This record gives sequence, C-alpha cells and structure tokens, in this order.
Amino acid sequence: MQTFYTDLLCIGGGLAGERVAVEAAQAGFDCIILSLVPPRRSHSCAAQGGMQAALGNCAMGEGDNPDIHFEDTVKGSDWGCDQEVARLFADTAPIVMRELAFWGVPWNRVVPGPATYFKGGQKFEVYEKEEKAGLITARAFGGTAKWRTCYTSDGTGHCVLYTLDSKVLELGVKIHDRVEALSLIHDGENCFGVVARSLRTGELLVYFAKAVLIATGGYGRLYKHTTNAVINQGTGLILALDTGIVPLGNMEAVQFHPTGIVPTDILVTEGCRGDGGTLLDKNGYRFMPDYEPEKAELASRDVVSRRMTEHMRKGFGVKSPYGEHLWLDIRHLGEKHITTKLREVYDICQNFLGINPVHELIPVRPTQHYSMGGVRTNKDGAAYGLKGLFAAGEAACWDLHGFNRLGGNSLAETVVAGRIVGAKIVEFLKGYEVDIKTQYATAEVKKQEERINELKSKQGRENVYQLRNEMQEIMMEKVGIFRNEKDLQEAVNRLQELLDRSKNLGLVSDGIGANPELAEALRLPGMIKVALCIAYGALQRKESRGAHYREDYPYRNDKEWLNRTLAYWEEGADLPTLKYEPASKVFYLPPGDRGYGEGKVIPKDDNTEEKE
Amino acid sequence: MGRTLQFEIFRYNPMDPNSKPRMQTYYLEEKENMTLFLALNEIRETLDPSLQFDFVCRAAVCGSCAMVINGRPGLACKTKTKDLPDKITLHPLPVFKLIGDLSVDTGIWFRGVAKKIEAWVHTNKTFDPNALEERMDNELANQIFELDRCIECGCCIAACGTARMREDFLGAATINRIARFYIDPRDERSDQEYYEVIGTDEGVFGCMGLLGCEDVCPRNIPLLDQIGIIRRKMAIASTGGKVGRLFSVFAKKKK
Ligand SMILES: Cc1cc2nc3c(=O)[nH]c(=O)nc-3n(C[C@H](O)[C@H](O)[C@H](O)COP(=O)(O)OP(=O)(O)OC[C@H]3O[C@@H](n4cnc5c(N)ncnc54)[C@H](O)[C@@H]3O)c2cc1C
Ligand code: SF4
Ligand code: SF4
Ligand code: FES
Repeated sequence: MQTFYTDLLCIGGGLAGERVAVEAAQAGFDCIILSLVPPRRSHSCAAQGGMQAALGNCAMGEGDNPDIHFEDTVKGSDWGCDQEVARLFADTAPIVMRELAFWGVPWNRVVPGPATYFKGGQKFEVYEKEEKAGLITARAFGGTAKWRTCYTSDGTGHCVLYTLDSKVLELGVKIHDRVEALSLIHDGENCFGVVARSLRTGELLVYFAKAVLIATGGYGRLYKHTTNAVINQGTGLILALDTGIVPLGNMEAVQFHPTGIVPTDILVTEGCRGDGGTLLDKNGYRFMPDYEPEKAELASRDVVSRRMTEHMRKGFGVKSPYGEHLWLDIRHLGEKHITTKLREVYDICQNFLGINPVHELIPVRPTQHYSMGGVRTNKDGAAYGLKGLFAAGEAACWDLHGFNRLGGNSLAETVVAGRIVGAKIVEFLKGYEVDIKTQYATAEVKKQEERINELKSKQGRENVYQLRNEMQEIMMEKVGIFRNEKDLQEAVNRLQELLDRSKNLGLVSDGIGANPELAEALRLPGMIKVALCIAYGALQRKESRGAHYREDYPYRNDKEWLNRTLAYWEEGADLPTLKYEPASKVFYLPPGDRGYGEGKVIPKDDNTEEKE
Repeated sequence: MGRTLQFEIFRYNPMDPNSKPRMQTYYLEEKENMTLFLALNEIRETLDPSLQFDFVCRAAVCGSCAMVINGRPGLACKTKTKDLPDKITLHPLPVFKLIGDLSVDTGIWFRGVAKKIEAWVHTNKTFDPNALEERMDNELANQIFELDRCIECGCCIAACGTARMREDFLGAATINRIARFYIDPRDERSDQEYYEVIGTDEGVFGCMGLLGCEDVCPRNIPLLDQIGIIRRKMAIASTGGKVGRLFSVFAKKKK
C-alpha cells in the first residue's frame, strides 16, 4: 500500500484548501493537497460574481468600512452567524484582496471620471474620484449597504484560483489530484490522516499527517436541481460525520439562488441583478418592487428566491416542459455591457440555451446553490471533537453565514478563512509532535477494502444511480425553499428507507480500476446520511430564519432558536443526534430586523434560559 | 427531435488486463436541449456504468471535458447533440496520458508545463498588509484577464501537429500563459529570463504556425496573435543586444 507522510494534508484544492496550503508552505511546512480533480477545475473556478471586502474605493462604495460589512453579514445571516467570526472576517477581507492583487489577480480597477451604472433597471451616473484611480473597484451584490464586491470581469473564481494555484506551484506544495479521501484515521482524540482511493487506478492510499484540513466545498448534488459542479457531493462532510464525534453545524441552512437557468441549472450571476437586471413574470411584469419596495431584486437571496416561488405559486410563472420559471431581463444593459462585463452570462445563454440575452429573456428559477452548514469549527478553524482536524471554506461551518450567506461573502470566506485558519494551523504545527498510531490506519484500510470487495461481489440488488436519483428528488421536493412538518417528516422517513436500501448496493459493472460506478457506490450511503442531517435538522427547527423557511412556523424565534444545530452520527444509528449551542458567544449587534424580507420576529426574552 | 443517436465511443481500461482498445456502440433517444454531458451520463447510468469520462462544471468553465468529437477537439459539456449528425464518434484527447475510455490526464500535463515556465508572478518585493494595493490601469487589468481566461482544457494541444510530434513542445496554451505574465508589470522577470524558458524549439520557436490551435479554442483566445507577439519579443531578446533589450523594455512599459 502506498503511504505518504506530511505535516499538513489539505483535503480539497479549491480556493480554501489552496489558500491554507499557501500559508503552511510559506511557513516552511510540508503540505500535500488531495483533490478529486486537478485543483484548477475545482468548483471555485465557476464563481463569476466576486468577493466582498470593504475597500471603499469605488464611488458607490464610498465610506464603506469593515463595520458596515460586519453589519451586513450579521443581518444577512439573520443573526445566525458567530459574530466574532464575522468581525474577524470583515476586518481581514481588505488585506486578503490586496494580497491577492500582489500575487497577480487582475482585479478590475477604478477608472476615474463619470461612470454610468444601472440599478433596478434605472440608469444613473456617478463620478469616480481621481485619487482612487487604479485601486481595486467593486460592484453591487444583494443585501449590502455599499458596493463592495471585488471582481475580475466575469471570471473572479477562475482568476483567483489560478493565481493561488500558481502560488502553490511556486511554493512546492505537492498536489495529488484524482484522489478521493474516504475516511479519517483517528483514535477518538487525535486525527492522524486519511485513507483515500486513487481515481486513476482504484487503489487505496494512506496519508499520515499532523494536521488534516477538510476543504471539500459544498454538497449541492444532494439536490436534484443545483448550480454546483457535479463533484460537489458532500464527501468531505462524510469524513467528519463518520467519526461519530465531529459534528456538522446548521445543516438545515441551505441557500437557493434566484437565477439558475432552466433546464440545465447553470447559474447566471447575481451580478446581472447587481448591474440592473430585473425579474419579470409571465406577463412581462416586474413584480419584485411589489414585494420588496426598497431593495426589489437586490434583497438577499433567500428573500428573492422565496418571493419568486411565492409569485409562481400565485400563478404568474411561465410554463415550460421543464416546470415553471420566471424571466431575467438584462436587455436594457446593452450589448457592450453584456458582452464584456457579463460575458460569461452571454456565453451561457448562447451555449446552453441557444438564446441571445441582448434581445431575449433568460428563463430562470430558484435552484439549490450554497451550503451554509458544514464541519463545525471554532473561530480558529479547528473542528469540534478531534485534535489536528481543521476545516475551511464552504465545507466548514466556521460560522460566518448563519442561516443565509450574502452573495460575494463565500468566495471571500474561502480566502479570508484560508489565511486566518492557515495561520492557526501553522501555530498548531510549530513544535507539535503526535504519536501516529498506525494500527488505526490498518483497521480503516481493512474496513474500506471490505466495502469495495462486497460491492464488487455483486451480491447487492440495489442500483446506485436509482437510489441517488430518489434521494435528490426527495431533497428537492420536500427539503426545499418552503418547508413544513408533513413534508419534512416524509423526507426523513424516505431517506431512512434509502439509507437502509443502500446497505444492499450492488454493481452492474466489473468495478475494475477507476470505475465510476464503484466510486459512486462508495459515496452514496454517506451522502444519504448528510441528507438526513439536513432534513432532520430542518424538521426539528421550528421557526423561520434566513434560508430556512417553515410555512408552519413563519416567525424567526429568537426566544427559542437563536442557536446552532450540531448533528452527530453515532455508529449504527439511522438518524443523527442533534444538539444545540448558542448562535454566538457575543452579540456586538443585538438581534433585530433585517430591513428586508418578512421580518416577523419573536424577540429574545432576556429572562429566559437559552435553549441548549 | 425523435432521432436515435448512434454513439461510437473509444473504450480502453488500462487497469484491466483483459481490456483492449476498441470502439463500442451505444444507441440513445435524443432529447430536447441535449448536450454530450447529458447524453454521456445517460449512457453511464442506463447502459454502461463502467464508462469513464470527466465533467466537473458542466458549464464550459472548468476545462475538464475536452474530447475528440467527430474528429475535432472540443468541450463535451457545451456540445449540443442537435448540432451533430446522427452518428457521434468520441475519442479521448491525444497527446495526454489516457486514464481510461474518454478520460485523460490533463492536470499533470498542465502542471508540468506551468512548472517549466514558472507560471507565477516573480517579484522581489514582499507584501505589506498595511499598504494600499499598487495601482493598475483598468485597461491593463482587462488585458491580463483576457489572457488569463484559458481554462487549460487541452483542445489546442490536441489539435497541434507540433505537440503530437514532439512530446516536449509547450503548446499554444503555455505560450499564451507566458504572454499573460509577460504583460503583467507585477512579474519582474527580464526578457532574457523569459527567453530562457520559452525562446527554444520546445517553446515558441517550435510552433509551425499551422493554425490548428486557435480554431478549436473554446474560449476564443487569440492564440496566434500571442504566439506571434512572444515570438517577436523573443527573437529580439535572442540577439541579447542592448538595442533589443531597450526596445522590449520600452514595449513592456508602454502598456
Ligand atoms: C455557480 C456558482 C457561482 C458562485 N459565485 C459566487 C460568487 O460570485 N461569489 C461568492 O462569494 N461565492 C460564489 N459561489 C460560492 C463559491 O464559489 C463557493 O462557496 C466556493 O468556491 C467554495 O470554495 P471551496 O474552496 O470551499 O470549495 P471548492 O472550490 O468546491 O473545492 C472543493 C475541493 O475539494 C475537493 N474534494 C471534495 N471532496 C473530496 C474528497 N472526498 N477527497 C479529496 N478531495 C475532495 C475537490 O476536488 C475540490 O478541489 C458560487 C457558487 C456557484 C455554485
Ligand atoms: S500554430 Fe503553433 S501552437 Fe498552434 S497548432 Fe500550429 S504549431 Fe501548434
Ligand atoms: S488556450 Fe484555449 S484551447 Fe488551449 S487550453 Fe486554453 S482554453 Fe483550451
Ligand atoms: S465540464 Fe467543465 S468545461 Fe465541460
């Protein structure tokens, strides 16, 4: 068996994994990155819109500062976030954007002089200041008081990922791509590494490390309709869950993006609405101002997604063979703007819909988009429950986003958390020696070998793709934008059945080498467990907060639910065990009204005990 | 609609001692808005779960899914079946190492050349977290972005006669990558230093100007222009003469 030793093992080569790796490598530590795909192909490359940081350089961002960014973030989270983390994040983000500029990111810059922008379909002019010329500029994103989303045209994720990957190459970080981590090696106290499988050869591999980072991104593919890449199956979360002692935080907090195109679910960026794109119904009527007079299309994502669904339920949706949808209109932005600033959108429309957005409307509907929940960590990025285990990026519940993350805050989180958590890992590694107990690896390898042999033996009757499709449909229909007791209970029951059936998976093909069916079959039982954490967490949370909307409990209930769900999976269980902790240790910004959305709140009564 | 598509797909699993390179036929009912991404997944899920291929973004931005489609390299995820005839023949990209069936190892290849040309910003400065960022003209930022748009899909490499003949040829994408750093003032490398990594036959002088690359680039990157520009700069740098160096420094600053 091939065995590797390193100081830091980063599971994930997206923005979060690479930014952490850079920090460790710069401090002189040996580092290996594992990734399902070449790092540059990680899902991060698909993020078009941009990253938030309160630089305050552009005219519409004037007067911005980390305090305002902090407030926007906390409000956006519907007071579900950890406020210490939000503070740290807002303060550090500007430095990180400048550092990325230093490393080569071609951020768009302030062009002095008069500039024309659109907001809510209206043209307006501002004057960009001479003294700010050439500094990093920003665009508008939903839910923010100022324009603060830094961008590189329509390829922000791509450019930043390529820049970080170039840094990783320069620093000599070892990249092991097409490798999938299957389980953690640990003794219940310390984490020593992982057992992984090569997606080139199908062989099992062992990695020993003093510190292990989970930076495996989101789990959108648990849902039928998602903007996420096809590799975003939540396998990193399974690593944590399977230990039985590392919890997943706030798994019921799932964000839907207002503008996934129909039918392929590819995202068109929020930048469209930020730049002035509007939403129209089947009558060509712009409906958002009726629901949200102040922010209209630029209210936060959870609100816009719900308003769209609400409007379609009232019968204003456009019927299509792929279900109902609404229209996104960017025609008034003009050909030049659309083919330069929004070029990716233009390309997507041409390539996947065969339409020209300069003249035609884009069919869109709310689509699963972002996972606020993940491996629960403290503010240093250290996972609860196991020493030497860390998490960052979308896979983590650091908890910057609470129950709804703002557009532009997640891409920023990957690199800001990457810097902060990376530095904490460096501190951790300095002088740290751990007695790597290899017997735990042997046991773990044996367990995985048995699973593989069993699948290959073709005893099982269940088809992996069929079970996976059933799971995705349940999640979409029952654990989606509008939730209620009956649907959620049904989802939990049916997912439990699926989990049971997944014990009886059998391969149709031979399973030899880098066989994709075997890889999927190894993942599926864990994916169903993660899905159960979402559904069960949602069932238990009897309130509406951020993206978690309960029709039967439409109020945000600060009295009982100003807290974070922690989901543990005990060995042999068929449901997660849920525990709760306070949403934040400190409340710099006391719970209040978000200023958009339904805004019904049951206030926290200071005399009552916090629900534990 | 209503067409039955006939897929002829290259099959070979190097990990299976019994596997021999061959073509295998599959039939599939065409659906509205079908892309090769949807079609190949349907084949895998309903007809043959051992079929290997790579998709990640399914939105033409990650560069994973390049393959030879009816003789021409392209991204499978953005290829609509309605633009293809009834018979669709799929091969893995040449030049790159085969992993199995339609899956090839582009990642290792691109990392290899990136290391060779040291595709990162070379600077002697250190980052000062308390300072403002260095200013940059937005026009220049846009120019760098234009060249940074390559998604390393490998189509241009697969279509290149030189790359097929000589294993060490860096390829159009790599020359374009050099151009991206060359115009970036943050990269302090001199023309001589660039010359050392690219002014060779495996680099810019290996290109025979056969045009294969630009035609197939899914990002429409002006590869020939970039090869031309870099070739001229390197020809000047190769003289090593003062005039040449002055000229090219001027050319770089002028941006
Ligand atoms: C279409 C789209 C557009 C977006 N646009 C924006 C935007 O404009 N602004 C914004 O702020 N946010 C945006 N987001 C969100 C943002 O892109 C993501 O949250 C962020 O990129 C996640 O980065 P990451 O490093 O955490 O994970 P990823 O980039 O997803 O990387 C995960 C890595 O983990 C690896 N991996 C996963 N599982 C395993 C395993 N078991 N073993 C080994 N390796 C594994 C993968 O190979 C990959 O390298 C967007 C999201 C989508 C879907
Ligand atoms: S122009 Fe040069 S790089 Fe492009 S295909 Fe021809 S030989 Fe290859
Ligand atoms: S230059 Fe174009 S064809 Fe070549 S790798 Fe880059 S994107 Fe692909
Ligand atoms: S799957 Fe990403 S480019 Fe085709």
